[in-house]
Amino acid sequence: MSKAAPLGGSYITKTTVITAILTVIMGALLLYRLVFGLGAVTNLSNGYGFGLWIAYDVFISTAFACGGYSMAILVYIFNRGEYHPLVRPALIASAFGYSLGGMSIMFDVGRYWNAWHLFLPGWANPTSIMFEVACCIAAYCMVLWVEFAPAIAERFAPPKVVAILKKTAFIPIAIGCLLPTMHQSSLGSLLIPAGYLVHPLWQSNLLPVMALSSAICMGYSIVIFEGSLVTEAYNRPSEAHMLGKISRLISGLLIFYLVVRWGNLAYAGKLGLVLTSGKYSFFFILENLLFVLPVILLATQKNRVNPQLLFIAAVSMLLAGALYRLDLVLIAYGREGWHYFPSVGEILITVGFVALEILGYIVCVKLFPVLSSHHPAHGKGSHTVLRAPSAAATTNE
Amino acid sequence: MAFSRRNFLKGAAAGSAAAACAAATTTPAEARENLTMPPKAVGLLYDSTICVGCKACVVACRDANDTHPEFSTEEKLWDNPLDISGKTITVIKMYSEGTGQHKDQEKDGFAFMKRSCLHCVDPSCVSVCPVTAMTKDPVTGIVSHEPADCIGCRYCIVACPFAVPQFEFDKAFPKLLKCQLCKHRQAEGKIPACAEVCPTGATLFGPVTALKEEADRRLAVPAGKPNTFARKTVGSPDVHEHPNAAYVQHAYGTTEMGGTQMLLLSGVPFEKMGYPKLRERSYASEAETIQEGIYHDLIAPVALFAGLLYVARKNTKNHDEEE
Repeated sequence: MSKAAPLGGSYITKTTVITAILTVIMGALLLYRLVFGLGAVTNLSNGYGFGLWIAYDVFISTAFACGGYSMAILVYIFNRGEYHPLVRPALIASAFGYSLGGMSIMFDVGRYWNAWHLFLPGWANPTSIMFEVACCIAAYCMVLWVEFAPAIAERFAPPKVVAILKKTAFIPIAIGCLLPTMHQSSLGSLLIPAGYLVHPLWQSNLLPVMALSSAICMGYSIVIFEGSLVTEAYNRPSEAHMLGKISRLISGLLIFYLVVRWGNLAYAGKLGLVLTSGKYSFFFILENLLFVLPVILLATQKNRVNPQLLFIAAVSMLLAGALYRLDLVLIAYGREGWHYFPSVGEILITVGFVALEILGYIVCVKLFPVLSSHHPAHGKGSHTVLRAPSAAATTNE
Repeated sequence: MAFSRRNFLKGAAAGSAAAACAAATTTPAEARENLTMPPKAVGLLYDSTICVGCKACVVACRDANDTHPEFSTEEKLWDNPLDISGKTITVIKMYSEGTGQHKDQEKDGFAFMKRSCLHCVDPSCVSVCPVTAMTKDPVTGIVSHEPADCIGCRYCIVACPFAVPQFEFDKAFPKLLKCQLCKHRQAEGKIPACAEVCPTGATLFGPVTALKEEADRRLAVPAGKPNTFARKTVGSPDVHEHPNAAYVQHAYGTTEMGGTQMLLLSGVPFEKMGYPKLRERSYASEAETIQEGIYHDLIAPVALFAGLLYVARKNTKNHDEEE
């Protein structure tokens, strides 16, 4: 079995310096927001209660962070041990994505000093979808770090602790498969109470189904995306053989999503709106083209093992899922007489959170055993991943 | 244990069984119907056709709720908020079209319209507030906001069909502002300040059933015929005479979103006055039906979790043995 190992190397690189600078800018702007209020930094208004931070940092960022969830389902629920090497890198990216999403909410809520009300029975309102989402995301942030704990323990803790963590790992893994199922679907439901304020091409009672299925797709896509980038950036052996197989899952899920999306429109008699809704038509069609492109690209086995096409398909899927969420929360949402476009400050803060996420990821893979060390130079081809279990089996049975 | 197709299928089967089990226990819970009007619901009847646009209500509201004048012009000569805001709970807005000469006329006319909380019978803000900062009084039906509970997530702002909750975006320690039907004055036996001062009775306070009857009475009188209008409280002896206007034959708020406790009458179509056409089923009831369908007694999540625990335990064991 290929063991994960710290990547090592210098922490001062062009990427880490740039991301650090962007993070510092974000910190300054957040301080400004705390002193002068939300209006001083954002373009939020009483017509648009949710802005870029909710749309990106919560809706899009946590869907991007579904890699850990999607991979855990594949490896631990559907028992595909062969993908084990992809779990840790996905988990750490998820841990950062979710934690930063959670952090950005703390700056987005206007009365943050009351935020603890969310978790106490005296205040909690179970009919509120926001309540479900908030509790579930907060819990999942913690679970992700617990899921990642064995990697930190392997580096710093005695073997006994590592053994205990591994033995009980199935508990955080199961919670880690449950919670995103709940809150990623609820994130879709979040817009249902807004009723007519969300354009009919997006408003639907099946929002939870569409939000969840597209989030899982985005989870697998981010694994392919990150896998490709890490392979390229750190000059590591290609994982295309594994990523290619995952891409078949994406196709299946995508087709499911598209059938639900279009079937729902047809059933509700809204198909006519697809072409007659002006700017909404434009965004709807663009969004759907981005969803369809990966299905076409990943249609043949030959394409699925082509690293370039695989990468393009993953990027298209990620953009599709991101645009779907941006449409739902900001573009398709609107009140007569109100306009919203994020301010420079809002954008810089969101960029800062992304930078912090990248910075954290890099530090973690250098410091902790995250990436599998099945480097051919060490005489361990990636095929050993599959061979080792069968060897173990002969001794066990 | 070897990684094999058989094991994979077993794992997959158990996983899908857990999911199916979760789905099956999610029996389509009974739809959550619209909430119904509380027994002693009170509210306002605003009649655009007898409003003279004096804005006495805006001033009285400031006095009663301790808000301060808001300026929309550079020279601060008038208290002239453009709409309700983090500083202003109610305003009288003006509709104007074409030459803008004729009162309560859609073409070449003008009309006034009150903006403030409609106190929905089945309010979205109460349904969506994660920390119960928005509440609906079970007796009077007044929709209240408690700043001490509020976390400022602004979900109520996103969900309100009437753009009523208003947040102070310009403050480091902001609050949310909305009409609470002067419940503090009502506790002292007084009526809401806006109805108290209205010189023509365009804003009228009373039990919602009586307000509805009064609205129907006005709608039934032919246009141009003299009619009597009470001031302050519905049925009060303080009345004045005025020719009946050509009403739009609908009291806004009787059906919209399952009903509101502020009713509106107008000579100009409501959509033109900032009040959209809305269906009868409340959005809150629909969203809660869906959420309840998924989370009914937490049966589905618990069943799913049990299945996941079982499968994950089995599979992590397999993986460990493989290592």
